[in-house]
Amino acid sequence: MTNSLPETDALFRPANPAHFENKQISRPSLSFWQDAVLKIVKNKMAVIGFVLLTAIIVLSIIGPYLVPYSQSEQSLTEGNLPLSSDHWFGTDDLGRDMWARIWAGARISLIIGIASALIDLVIGITVGGVSGYMAGRGKTGDRIDSFLMRIVEVLYGIPYLLVVILLMVIMEPGLVTMIIALSITGWVGMARIVRGQILQLKQQEFVLAAEKLGTSHGKIIIKHLLPNMMGIIIVTLTFTIPQAIFAESFLSFLGLGVQAPTASWGTMANDALGTILSGHWWRLFFPALMISLTMFAFNAFGDGLQDALDPRSKN
Amino acid sequence: MSRLLEVNDLKVSFRTYGGEIQAVRGVSFYIDEGETLAIVGESGCGKSVTAQAVMGMVPVPHGKVKNGQILFGDRDITKLSKKKLQQIRGSEIGMIFQDPMTSLNPTMKIGTQIREGILKHQKLSKNEAKEKALELLRLVGISDVEKRYSQYPHEFSGGMRQRVVIAIALACDPKLIIADEPTTALDVTIQAQILDLLKDIQKKRNSSIILITHDLGVVAEVADRVAVMYAGVVVESGTVDEIFENPKHPYTLGLLKSVPNLDSPDKERLIPIDGSPPDLFAPPTGCPFAARCPFAMEVCVMHMPDKETFSDHHYAKCWLNDNRAIKVEEMITAGSEQLV
Amino acid sequence: MSENVLEIHDVKKHFNVGNKQVVKSVDGISFSIKKGETLGIVGESGSGKSTIGRTIVGLYEATAGKVVFEGKEISQLDRKEKREFNRKMQMIFQDPHASLNPRMRVGEIIAEGIDAYGLAKGKAKQERVFQLLERVGLHPDHATRFPHEFSGGQRQRIGIARALAVQPSFIVADEPISALDVSIQAQVVNLLEDLQKEEDLTYLFIAHDLAMVKHISDRIGVMYLGKMMELAESQTLFQEPLHPYTNALLSAIPVSAPKLRGTRERIVLGGDPPSPINPPSGCPFRTRCPSTMERCAVVMPEWKEVKKDHWVACHLY
Repeated sequence: MTNSLPETDALFRPANPAHFENKQISRPSLSFWQDAVLKIVKNKMAVIGFVLLTAIIVLSIIGPYLVPYSQSEQSLTEGNLPLSSDHWFGTDDLGRDMWARIWAGARISLIIGIASALIDLVIGITVGGVSGYMAGRGKTGDRIDSFLMRIVEVLYGIPYLLVVILLMVIMEPGLVTMIIALSITGWVGMARIVRGQILQLKQQEFVLAAEKLGTSHGKIIIKHLLPNMMGIIIVTLTFTIPQAIFAESFLSFLGLGVQAPTASWGTMANDALGTILSGHWWRLFFPALMISLTMFAFNAFGDGLQDALDPRSKN
Repeated sequence: MSRLLEVNDLKVSFRTYGGEIQAVRGVSFYIDEGETLAIVGESGCGKSVTAQAVMGMVPVPHGKVKNGQILFGDRDITKLSKKKLQQIRGSEIGMIFQDPMTSLNPTMKIGTQIREGILKHQKLSKNEAKEKALELLRLVGISDVEKRYSQYPHEFSGGMRQRVVIAIALACDPKLIIADEPTTALDVTIQAQILDLLKDIQKKRNSSIILITHDLGVVAEVADRVAVMYAGVVVESGTVDEIFENPKHPYTLGLLKSVPNLDSPDKERLIPIDGSPPDLFAPPTGCPFAARCPFAMEVCVMHMPDKETFSDHHYAKCWLNDNRAIKVEEMITAGSEQLV
Repeated sequence: MSENVLEIHDVKKHFNVGNKQVVKSVDGISFSIKKGETLGIVGESGSGKSTIGRTIVGLYEATAGKVVFEGKEISQLDRKEKREFNRKMQMIFQDPHASLNPRMRVGEIIAEGIDAYGLAKGKAKQERVFQLLERVGLHPDHATRFPHEFSGGQRQRIGIARALAVQPSFIVADEPISALDVSIQAQVVNLLEDLQKEEDLTYLFIAHDLAMVKHISDRIGVMYLGKMMELAESQTLFQEPLHPYTNALLSAIPVSAPKLRGTRERIVLGGDPPSPINPPSGCPFRTRCPSTMERCAVVMPEWKEVKKDHWVACHLY
């Protein structure tokens, strides 16, 4: 074809089309989640948070077995011992090993945090999802939506402390009561977020397109709505878990939470109050440190997750 | 006419997650007093970033002016302190943005916003400033100014808001107005009004306008000179007639050919530019348009073309204008291309 | 003359916006579209042009009036017919970023309709997806990628492939090119024109860019504040516009070359478009109309065929 062109410099010949091939998309194809992991790995604070969290979780599982004492074993002769190679975190006034008690307490905290977050998640997604999906679908739909939202509003208005105290009166104070108390009002926030997300997503053109293509309601929810909310749901979870943990410590500190002899960071801190002046600093220091570290770890990791998962924070 | 602004070899980069984007890669242009320069290009070509740089508003910390001068009179905008820049913006350079809603403060009355602008840069009493603000509102074609003066932005329609933004930009009689897509968010009938207004103001005040736009129709209506940007470089520049009548860069030609011509009676098939612009994370070493150019030559892939000058104002950066290149007409007769 | 594939009669779509206020987004519109033709609808923001598109495809339920597709009124369809209607009439959306699910791969996106109607399975489905990708000018390899890896124009192509997957006969294109760059717009318009010829499609093309609408449409309807003002063949509408609003709209289009500057006599419209919550009595355009009369404030002018195939709603005619 180019034979009929006049003679010129080779450089000024028409370019070989091969130069421009395979240039369209050269970067590897990353799914949303792969991309998110990359973003988190690049975020220092998030990595620190993640490492701390992993350490706390691992130690809460194996920690108590690393020392030859159990969390409830008393030894009155060894009360209030400072840190030593026998008792790494010292002992309390009843001679119980603080290391063992700290990690036993960690279990309680994590169980409460994760359990109440999961309950929030299930109830919140169900109520918020139904409410948001039904809104705007005829009269019945709107009625279901406003009925559910009224419940949410009522619960939102009740202070959780009141609920906890009431429940403690009715039920036996303890782990289960605590989880129930925290979940009764806790799911409301999740429900609101999920409903808001669904309302927003429903208007998105890709959902309209799916509707127009004849995709079933179930598939629209599973393939279009849920995957696009997962980021925000996970971020919300990483912030509700530490809230629940803190609530547990706080309530136990006040004597409203788990009861002795079960170890909890809150009860340990409470027990330590009287001994501060006698110089047994480790009694208060370790529970307080653990509460702070856990809060920090969750929040640092949660912030990183938010940056990576929340579509509104691009770049 | 004397030179008002001169930009030399401007380079601006942005650090992002994923690498550095070279948004502006060596842009030079100038504007004289009383002139309208249109910077045309598609999204991502660097035209808005260039405007930001001229206003000294490259977003920190991600963006950075890497090289070049922006001479405004005898001052280099890239070297001025924040305070000096603020003085220049608003008093000597006025700005009009695409979205009139975000450039107005929703919680402040329109009048107050204009008056504040005036008081910040001019020594006037409050009453004098108010008088001036009312006069500006009248100038931009707002009726019932006394009442409008004490209304909030949400009480104005999109077109009216853009008029207010223009009034604020004009508050201190700037020598240069930078308008970044000033009519893109507006309807056609409103766009026509705003363009007329800009032309009118320019005539009355002899100010210079840098108009950033993607719309060739807007360019054809108001520009004196045009700089066509592609992938962070100015590929062609000239007077508006030279660009429309005698484009020397295939990209300019492509842009002109890809919009339907209302003034031609027949329904002709549009001639699109195939492909899409290059990735500015790793811009090509040669001509950035080569991959989409129907006339690309070996040399285009390897070397960025130099400036080839055709008249006082008209130049293009394209190897086709090199005398070693085969004439486009000959390529077409040789059957190697489909572009007419 | 071929038959009307779509007819709409006095269609209204009102939205409640709270406080007992109603936006009459579409307020009594009638027109018809013949098989294989392209009807363009132009109008400024707030004219209701997108609402009419969504009402026709069935995403919105009309407040009043009839939408008749292939001889059947869509609100009266039984379940099976409704499904068939949903398949035959597809939509192409405006925003190439919002119209594709960011969490799905391109292959899944295109296959969505194929799955919903069980049109193909397994290998045949795969083949069909590849074929569709090539049909819209993309590469089969793109099936495994995610929407964010594509440019705006490419995404719009994916949206077109998704609509084509269910073999529709009618496509409503709601501002399909207004979010795209100039050089890319022409690619998409050409693709739409090619597909129309090859697949025998009928288009309702909604846009605000008059030049593009003129280019692609056989006939054009001009909307203003929920009402249709004028409807005529493209060429006629541009050369002999009747309605004062059409006149003003056409005069506002920027010239195509600098040498034509000033050749177009501009009709400057006073004021702003009124709010659709509280539209003026009578003709909605009368508040800005250069030739308004007393009668205009009293009654909305009748929608009538002034010349053959040239409809207008104005007391001047």
